Amino acid sequence: MAEVLQPDRVLDCSGLLCPLPVIRTSKAIKEIALGQVLKVIATDPGAPADMEAWARQTGNELIDAHEENGKYVFFFRRLR
Amino acid sequence: MARSDPDAPKRLAIIASKGTLDFAYPPFILGSTAAAMGWEVGIFFTFYGLPLLLRNYDPKVSPLGNPAMPLKMPFGPQGFRQISWPIPAIVEALPGFSLLATSLMQQTFKEKGVPSLLELRQLCVDAGVNLIACQMTMDVFGFKKEDFIPECTVGGAATFLEFAGDADVSLFV
Repeated sequence: MAEVLQPDRVLDCSGLLCPLPVIRTSKAIKEIALGQVLKVIATDPGAPADMEAWARQTGNELIDAHEENGKYVFFFRRLR
Repeated sequence: MARSDPDAPKRLAIIASKGTLDFAYPPFILGSTAAAMGWEVGIFFTFYGLPLLLRNYDPKVSPLGNPAMPLKMPFGPQGFRQISWPIPAIVEALPGFSLLATSLMQQTFKEKGVPSLLELRQLCVDAGVNLIACQMTMDVFGFKKEDFIPECTVGGAATFLEFAGDADVSLFV
């Protein structure tokens, strides 16, 4: 599924620990238009749980989350 | 600061009462993260937490009286880094030991990808977190309004409680 998703913006949070991945994600999603897709790459082991919680709290859609080459990859659609 | 709108965002109210490097982190981490989730955030800086709002604040940490604090080295081979050094309290009390512990903790945090305290504070400022400096503490410890970052507001217990009265989450650090 992730292969067919074309992100409108990519944010690399590799090497960053809590709370930076969530904060950078919240900034980046405000810079794309409603309906557009943001791809986030992270290495923080807390990111999978935190990104899900962030999406639920902000009302943005977590379209896909998976691991790729030892990193976590997330696709969000901006809904709000 | 009162809230009547039922559709208002969630609200987080924190009291920051400690000014050491270790205890300075939680209020700023939680505050910046909650703001990133769209929450309204207010942090009340009181007693030893007030200096966290100083323009030039350089917090320290000491393992003395902090018996659960692991003392590990942020350099050297992996096995060496894993050692939690059993330092006697009398050595921790020596002049300069707090500076050493502070520098080790800052180095470890930086290496692991945790932002510095001042970066986190700036993230809170940028996100519009309501930083309230305790007026009473200011008077007691002899600080002036000009000593603090201009983004903070000055208030007392009633100011904070009015905000916290409508909070979904209230924490004391």
